[in-house]
Amino acid sequence: MSDVKKIATRESYGNALKALGEENPNVLVLDADLAGATKTGVFKKAFPERFFDCGIAECNMVSIAAGVAATGKIPFCSSFAMFAAGRAYEQVRNAVGYPHLNVKIGATHAGISVGEDGATHQCNEDIALMRTIPGMVILNPADDVEARAAVKAAAEYVGPVYLRFGRMAVPVFNDEATYKFEIGKGIVLREGTDVTVVATGLCVNSALEAAEKLAADGISAEVINIHTIKPLDEELVLASAKKTGKVVTVEEHSVIGGLGSAVCDVLSEKQPTPVKKLGVNDTYCESGPAAKLIEKYRLDGVGVYEQIKEWM
Amino acid sequence: MTKLELQKTANEVRKGIVTAVHSAKSGHPGGSLSAADVFTYLYFEELNIDPKDPKKPDRDRFVLSKGHTAPGLYAALAERGFFPKEDLTTLRHIGSHLQGHPCMQHTPGLDMSSGSLGQGISAAVGMALSAKTFGDSYRVYTLLGDGELQEGQVWEASMFASAKKLDNLCVIVDNNNLQIDGTIEEVNSPYPIDEKFAAFGFHVIQVDGHDFDQLKAAFDEARGVKGQPAVIVMKTVKGKGVSFMENNASWHGTAPNDEQFATAMAELEKAGEALCQM
Repeated sequence: MSDVKKIATRESYGNALKALGEENPNVLVLDADLAGATKTGVFKKAFPERFFDCGIAECNMVSIAAGVAATGKIPFCSSFAMFAAGRAYEQVRNAVGYPHLNVKIGATHAGISVGEDGATHQCNEDIALMRTIPGMVILNPADDVEARAAVKAAAEYVGPVYLRFGRMAVPVFNDEATYKFEIGKGIVLREGTDVTVVATGLCVNSALEAAEKLAADGISAEVINIHTIKPLDEELVLASAKKTGKVVTVEEHSVIGGLGSAVCDVLSEKQPTPVKKLGVNDTYCESGPAAKLIEKYRLDGVGVYEQIKEWM
Repeated sequence: MTKLELQKTANEVRKGIVTAVHSAKSGHPGGSLSAADVFTYLYFEELNIDPKDPKKPDRDRFVLSKGHTAPGLYAALAERGFFPKEDLTTLRHIGSHLQGHPCMQHTPGLDMSSGSLGQGISAAVGMALSAKTFGDSYRVYTLLGDGELQEGQVWEASMFASAKKLDNLCVIVDNNNLQIDGTIEEVNSPYPIDEKFAAFGFHVIQVDGHDFDQLKAAFDEARGVKGQPAVIVMKTVKGKGVSFMENNASWHGTAPNDEQFATAMAELEKAGEALCQM
């Protein structure tokens, strides 16, 4: 797999913002002293007059974004997921969600693939928090192609959007020439009949690798990429669950409140189906190289494969 | 408007506040009454607004950062003609456009939803930043409570406003000296308010918030400030205009009963008649 191109989705975010800045003069970008890390610095370099650093004050940044949106402009505000969704949760709820303002929150360094910084910076709760906000759209792209398309779609959509990006370089598996992104529409990457694997973010690639290994064991796995966690593509999930009768969810997030919970919410009401949720099991993680952490917490291809085998 | 006309209008706004809070059987009369004069000045003199076109793009923006005093803002908006005064009696009722705290999607004339303290000033800063960035000429005003200054976000916003030289921003502080748990010194003193804002890079103006001559001078001065934001710190009386509510923290968030309502309205009627004799 060494010939596969790898790009962190935060890099995609920076590049997509710059492209957006060229197309749309109403886009304004805010950061909280992390422009180098979140990659909003790419936009800053191209459009310094439309970039503002709020310093280390994430709550203020989110509320400022709300004010900018109230004047009809399109603000993207960025920090690490821990601070954008965690520290500023109440500002997102009350200043962005409640008035349904056109604010885009670009949260990077989500999940355990933050790596060495450790548990204080590894946000495994942001999807859960954002799901509770009425009207919030949650996008969690899986690779560079999808991440850039998600930024474009978020800018075109009118309303609050939470975008989740990662720090670690991940394989680019989507083909730019044929790829189509639509908010709220999941993508079947591999058809199967024995088990449905619903994955999001960097775990989509792990799910594809796991499906390959399962196939070698004679198990036919259907792999669905859910880049939009809210609104969830219920129709797609229900149809696949009906076909296979077994559902596994995979995410770089707590098993409480994230994609797994969203899928269970739908299935338990409309199509009761056995579900195994793979993710971070109600624990704080630790420092370490990102790829090693993904392995340790069994969210790489092998870990996902083994956990599915154990469950089935 | 002449000073007398402003005084008469403010008295009507105070009647609206007492009527609304009485009808709701809950709400915040004390801080609404202390700010009734500045609400009146803003909506009848200072702000470039049009009740017939509440969303006109070049309008001045106002954010009520101390959102719990929505009855004061609603009464001023109604008096100015943004919606019928009769609506005030629906405050906090199910189905009413007048929510307990401002909701911009429902009430004509509101530029921002607010209510969670410390956040409105940041939204106002965002509006001022947007105007500067995109070359718009409108000004942005926001009203804060003095207890609200205990919220750290107020100072995050102030630091940013000054660092970005937002001279199109005018912050107003309603210094009525009382919050729910007592005087602001007893609870957690934000004094000296003037020196704190000056240290954060603001042009500081101090006034009696019930004197329309001083309010006019203050807003005129603020409009002329260049290269830094301005703050008007208004010394006010909580509950101003209703004798039994004045300087009494227990009227921060309590509605008058029928008897108290009648007494309050009689006092305000009398004050209005006295103004008509002038």
